[in-house]
Amino acid sequence: MNEMTTVTTAKDWASDQEVRWCPGCGDYAVLKAVQRTMPDLGVAREKTVFVSGIGCSSRFPYYMASYGFHTIHGRAPAFATGIKLANPELDVWIITGDGDALSIGGNHTMHVLRRNLDCQILLFNNEIYGLTKGQYSPTSRVGTRSPSTPFGSVDRPVTPCMFALGSGARFVARGIDVHKNLPDVLKAAHAHKGASFVEIYQNCIVYNDEVFASFTDRGVAAEKQLWLKAGEKMLFAGGAKGLALDTEKLMLKIVEGDDPAVLVHDPQNKGIAAMLIEMPPEFPMALGVIYEDPRPTFETAVIEQNRSAAEGKAPDLQALVSRGQSWQVTKEPREL
Amino acid sequence: MELRNATRSRVKDSYVATATHLLTEKEAHAHPEPEAVVVRFAGDSGDGMQLTGGQFTLSTALAGNDLATFPDFPAEIRAPQGTTFGVSAFQINFGSCSIETAGDQPDVLIAMNPAALKVNVDQLRDGGLIIADEGEFTPRNLTKAGYEANPLEDGSLARWQLVHFNISQLTLDAVKPFGLGNKEALRCKNMWTLGLALWMFDRDREPIVQWLRTKFAKAPELAEANIAALNAGHAYGETVEMGAPFKQHHIAPAPAEPGLYRTVTGAEALALGLVAGSQLAGLQMFFGSYPITPASPLLHHLARLKEYGIVTFQAEDEIAAICAAIGASYAGQLGVTSSSGPGIALKTEALGLAVMTELPLVVVNSQRGGPSTGLPTKTEQSDLYQAIYGRNADSPLPVIAARSPADAFDCAIEACRIATRYMTPVMLLTDGYIANAAEPWKVPDMSGYEPFPVQFHDTPPAEGEGVMPYARDCDLARPWIRPGTPGLEHRIGGIEKQPGTGNIDYSPQAHAEMTRIRAAKVAKVAESIPDQDVCLGEPSGELAVVGWGSTFGPIHQAVRRCRNRGLDVSHIHVRHIWPLPGNLGELLRGYRRVIVPEMNSGQFKTVLRDQYLVDARPLTKVSGHPFRIAEIEAAIEEALA
Repeated sequence: MNEMTTVTTAKDWASDQEVRWCPGCGDYAVLKAVQRTMPDLGVAREKTVFVSGIGCSSRFPYYMASYGFHTIHGRAPAFATGIKLANPELDVWIITGDGDALSIGGNHTMHVLRRNLDCQILLFNNEIYGLTKGQYSPTSRVGTRSPSTPFGSVDRPVTPCMFALGSGARFVARGIDVHKNLPDVLKAAHAHKGASFVEIYQNCIVYNDEVFASFTDRGVAAEKQLWLKAGEKMLFAGGAKGLALDTEKLMLKIVEGDDPAVLVHDPQNKGIAAMLIEMPPEFPMALGVIYEDPRPTFETAVIEQNRSAAEGKAPDLQALVSRGQSWQVTKEPREL
Repeated sequence: MELRNATRSRVKDSYVATATHLLTEKEAHAHPEPEAVVVRFAGDSGDGMQLTGGQFTLSTALAGNDLATFPDFPAEIRAPQGTTFGVSAFQINFGSCSIETAGDQPDVLIAMNPAALKVNVDQLRDGGLIIADEGEFTPRNLTKAGYEANPLEDGSLARWQLVHFNISQLTLDAVKPFGLGNKEALRCKNMWTLGLALWMFDRDREPIVQWLRTKFAKAPELAEANIAALNAGHAYGETVEMGAPFKQHHIAPAPAEPGLYRTVTGAEALALGLVAGSQLAGLQMFFGSYPITPASPLLHHLARLKEYGIVTFQAEDEIAAICAAIGASYAGQLGVTSSSGPGIALKTEALGLAVMTELPLVVVNSQRGGPSTGLPTKTEQSDLYQAIYGRNADSPLPVIAARSPADAFDCAIEACRIATRYMTPVMLLTDGYIANAAEPWKVPDMSGYEPFPVQFHDTPPAEGEGVMPYARDCDLARPWIRPGTPGLEHRIGGIEKQPGTGNIDYSPQAHAEMTRIRAAKVAKVAESIPDQDVCLGEPSGELAVVGWGSTFGPIHQAVRRCRNRGLDVSHIHVRHIWPLPGNLGELLRGYRRVIVPEMNSGQFKTVLRDQYLVDARPLTKVSGHPFRIAEIEAAIEEALA
């Protein structure tokens, strides 16, 4: 990535295209947050590529005044891989949804994470298929009634951040569409070198309204949101409560805020990260950067191997086609 | 214009390059029975028959013979030993004349066990020679192969000449000094057999000895054991008097154009052609692929060529392979992906996106027998419809087909040229036969190829004007704008768009216009390809035999034989399958009859009928094996009767 910082404003990042999401959709808030965050990253528009699959959220690239590629359902990580390998200078963002990334594209999500391609993956999770008019998704809770599940869904949902962690992601974070902390999460994702997986709880006002109300409603937010910060205590409810490790049961427990056992957030602790991701309903929702432990990136390894394999060898097309066991024919074709 | 001429002259040239020597009419008459021999090595899939065949091919090429090969192996990596479905064979046709097919019927069959004999013996010409390893004709192996009695003893092979000896035991004796275990020692059997074959055809052992020393550099005792087996097989031929059928043959070198030659398989030639194509375009190549038979060798070859600016990416699946290649093209490299029919099916949706976003892409399909998993290791030409029509909606793209291993080189370059000049995905068809078969190749002079450097668009629009990613040049191609170019930020995708701006536009006018432009652009490719020529015979007459792809060899030989008998028949070979050459319709109408031999149920025949309303008749073969010359000869005779 370019070391030089580029000065832009949020307005510079808005394209001239009319935004066409439903009024009140959480996607608007995420778009604004991203456009507001880009100037703080000091990156240039021409070096930025937003790549998306298919779904409501995947229209996102059209609204950014950078380069953008709206591809096919579920495959954005594969396109991003080709783009980044072809030009590692580019700052690549993948915009996807719960169906796009975890249903039709689950395979590619797994592999882009395990390979650790340097990119930011923003998964807009609204627990529903919006663009196809409201069928249940792989993150929908059991019992979700939808046109395709009129009696309620029966299959258990996937937890996106657990899927990411299990796939070998080295950066796993969560945010909320309308929350003021979202830009900070995006900045952390961008600062991380490697595949940064960010699940954004996004409200679908038409087909799944209020599905995250149990922790996003203003009234319960303090009690039900735990914003993690590296090196700081895991406190919520205005500092009145905290999380500690039940060493007997090897699971998290809620304790008083002033309890000396309250854990300090260490993003490199994968075991605690897993517990934070899958806390039971009576616990708060863990948000912010849950896990971060950088490793060398895929494109760096590919480029380095190509460089070292090519070392000392000059490309010579004529020599290449002449290679192998060859023989010289000197005589003219026989005369008849 | 220069480029067009260069392309044209290459097409002419490749006639010479595909076979060591193109027989002239005169020459064909002068040598009515050219000296050529077809040898088939057959054994268990663990017997190393492909290796034996490959090395025999090399020594034959080095001896200056023209040749063609046909590796024929089972889909199973290690089928149960001794069974008929585990038989692996390698056929080579070589001679002092022009060779264009792997040969109809073997003259010599080397059978390493009863199953190999059973599967292959019926294809041997009457009076042909069988060499069998009697050591493997045990009651157990005979039962496994389904023989009730030992065919070496019961007279059932009387149609042929039979020699048998205990190759297994002779090999064990030869490698005894090296102290190998029984199993390892028996593995040298193939080298013993190769030594015998080298004696039979008066071939030099030295290149094989060198090859063995390199191959077993880390285990010199294995190298020496194999060399000992090779020498023992050779010495056996020299010293044992077996009678008339078993004699030494000398096949004179085939006349060839002066120059440097090497053997090449289709997969190698394709890899080299893609490298050359991307270099001529001035681009780095990105090759995204997922392993599949018989396409994987292309990935293996390219993975070793890092110094040519090639990134190879083994993706998680076929879809990711093509999507990553499209992503690389979007970012300014030449994206290439490769597969076989079932994998191409998986790539279809992404191909549509490449059509829609008008990005260059080369898609190689090494066709195999299908549908579904079908015959993974056998050859067929049945993905023609898939290549031309096999996408949702109106999504045309250029299709070209290679006719031989060596021709794959020029076809790959042509695919790169079309993809970059017209900003379009291009389908390049080869097949399992071309991919695996080897033939001598006159090493091309790379300075004879006209470069076709790509110009990226990098001029920002004037103040107050927008970026026009879907503007058109004289070929109707859109500009290629790489991300990273300041002032040209824009968005593309699979949604229908407004002409020029590329902005989302679902309007009836926009869709109708863009559909028309996409088709017109692909049709325009016909303007930069050579006119269709007649590769043997007259430009009009009684009968044209029209072929495409790997049926070139048998069709060419059949037409030649028939013409030598005075029949009015011509051979037309079509490389550009879509769009078709501009003069093809007119050319075909100049013949009273048209037959189209192809290894499918008549797909190209249907395309020709549809495009030109000509009464093209099919000659089809879907057995997983290439046409025999005689089959096409019979069809020609019938058509002219």
